[in-house]
Amino acid sequence: MSEPLLTLSTVNTHVGPYHILQGVDLTVPRGGLTALLGRNGAGKTTTLRTIMGLWHASSGTISFEGNDITAWATPDVAQLGIAYVPENMGIFGDLTVRENLLLAAREGDIDPSRLRWILELFPALRKFWSAAAGVLSGGQKQMLSIARAIIERRKLILIDEPTKGLAPSIIVSMTAAIKELKCTDTTILLVEQNFLFARALSDTVAVMDNGRVVHTGTMRALAADQSLQQRLLGLTLDSHQ
Amino acid sequence: MSTIKDQGEIVDRPLDWQPLVLVPLLIFIALPLIGSPSTWATLTIAGLAMGMMIFIMASGLTLVFGLMDVLNFGHGAFISLGAYTTTLLLLPLSGWLVAESLMLNFVALLAMIALAMLITGIAGYFFERVIIMPVYGRHLHQILVTVGGLIVAQQIIIVLWGPIQITLPLPTALRGIIVFGDIAVERYRLIVVVIGLTVFSSMLLVLHCTKIGLLIRAGVENSEMVEALGYHLRRLFIGVFVAGSALAGLGGVMWAFYREALTPGMGLELMVLVFIVVIIGGLGSVGGCLIGALLVALTANYTGFLAPKLALGSNILLMILILLWRSRGLYSVTSR
Repeated sequence: MSEPLLTLSTVNTHVGPYHILQGVDLTVPRGGLTALLGRNGAGKTTTLRTIMGLWHASSGTISFEGNDITAWATPDVAQLGIAYVPENMGIFGDLTVRENLLLAAREGDIDPSRLRWILELFPALRKFWSAAAGVLSGGQKQMLSIARAIIERRKLILIDEPTKGLAPSIIVSMTAAIKELKCTDTTILLVEQNFLFARALSDTVAVMDNGRVVHTGTMRALAADQSLQQRLLGLTLDSHQ
Repeated sequence: MSTIKDQGEIVDRPLDWQPLVLVPLLIFIALPLIGSPSTWATLTIAGLAMGMMIFIMASGLTLVFGLMDVLNFGHGAFISLGAYTTTLLLLPLSGWLVAESLMLNFVALLAMIALAMLITGIAGYFFERVIIMPVYGRHLHQILVTVGGLIVAQQIIIVLWGPIQITLPLPTALRGIIVFGDIAVERYRLIVVVIGLTVFSSMLLVLHCTKIGLLIRAGVENSEMVEALGYHLRRLFIGVFVAGSALAGLGGVMWAFYREALTPGMGLELMVLVFIVVIIGGLGSVGGCLIGALLVALTANYTGFLAPKLALGSNILLMILILLWRSRGLYSVTSR
């Protein structure tokens, strides 16, 4: 197992009166893709938002490359090299595609070679370059959201349900794009409900239930064990096909 | 980004043109109703000047609301404070103000504007730190404390300058009218239109041609995501709040010279108009704010001439009509 890039130790998060994360322990190894699976309401999105500092943990520690970032403000977390692709994509609809990407390029102008690579990954963005991002389809917005996260080199990308509501053909392109992204040195933590998509991409997996991580291991092992899938997720990957 | 332009079909941002025709349409419709072209022209130019002043006052507020979701009912305090700071220079610059030289008059006016913007900008900084910051994200608290702040500011003005109206005469060379055929136009109103257009152009330039402007526009739409991209939005918000307060101060100076009078309650009275403009324009939209301000001012002027009894309610009626057409204002920001 690689050296951990991100570690959550006994993290508790309250959102208003609700105790959502109830002692989450999670380790994300450096490199590769870790999938965070679980039923609706298990606490997956809250875990990502807590890592980003959008909701602060009430107790426990979050450590990134040895830095205790538990109480850090969101911009400081992002500046460490952590990008976030939220479930609602977080696209700035009144800004053009170009402006959305320009905003994400914190270091200044967009690196032309990186932009070329991104537009090869997501060719649809080229056509809508000068259009307001609000006019894009759901799949194109998701592509833009991921493109924005990788417009500069990041150490860790948190992606929240990128296939939600997308057509199967778009999911195929998204799978190819994330596979290519995995070939870079970027680590990905992926929250997903589409188990086939997660299986195609993940190296390691963590399963959440009721605000806790109840299983960690390799995706290969989970994919091979139908009874474990049934117990943890309530269905098997085969039945999902 | 020339590589992008060279690649096949490119879809451009469509222009939402409908709100843009509202002001010309209103001006055009008013002509046959008023009948006399010279009266119509005078009312129109007066309306445009008044609209520019309201725009200057409201533009800061719309950005403050759009960027950080802050309901600042205390914005009127900066309008009053800006207006009253002119009195600090009345005596030292009295020679320039009464001189026949247009240049000296302008320099005196610019000095008063600079001082008003400086003082209201500093006051805005402390207002944000002391009054707004503790109530981020709590709208009810924001309304209560900012209304409280406005009342306190009004009382401080009464303590320092007294409760009675103060006369503020226009600089000598800025008084009077310019005649174009049958149309008489007050000089000061033309100056106000020029200053308003300058402020609007500068704001557009900053918002559309700079990274800070890009951040403001993105922050107005989704502040959380801007922070997730690594930008400290609260620092930017302080800057916008200070700029908004300074613009309110500028608007206060322009308004005070327009009315040639200062009253402690002027900020509070103008807040109603300012809020109507911000709502009509769409929260967070500077372009919508300008169109809203011009519509409000022109409607008030035309109605005051055609049906004086309707004048008081005309702006509310206008707001209702606009909201029935576009429920989030003329140029709504997508995610709010």
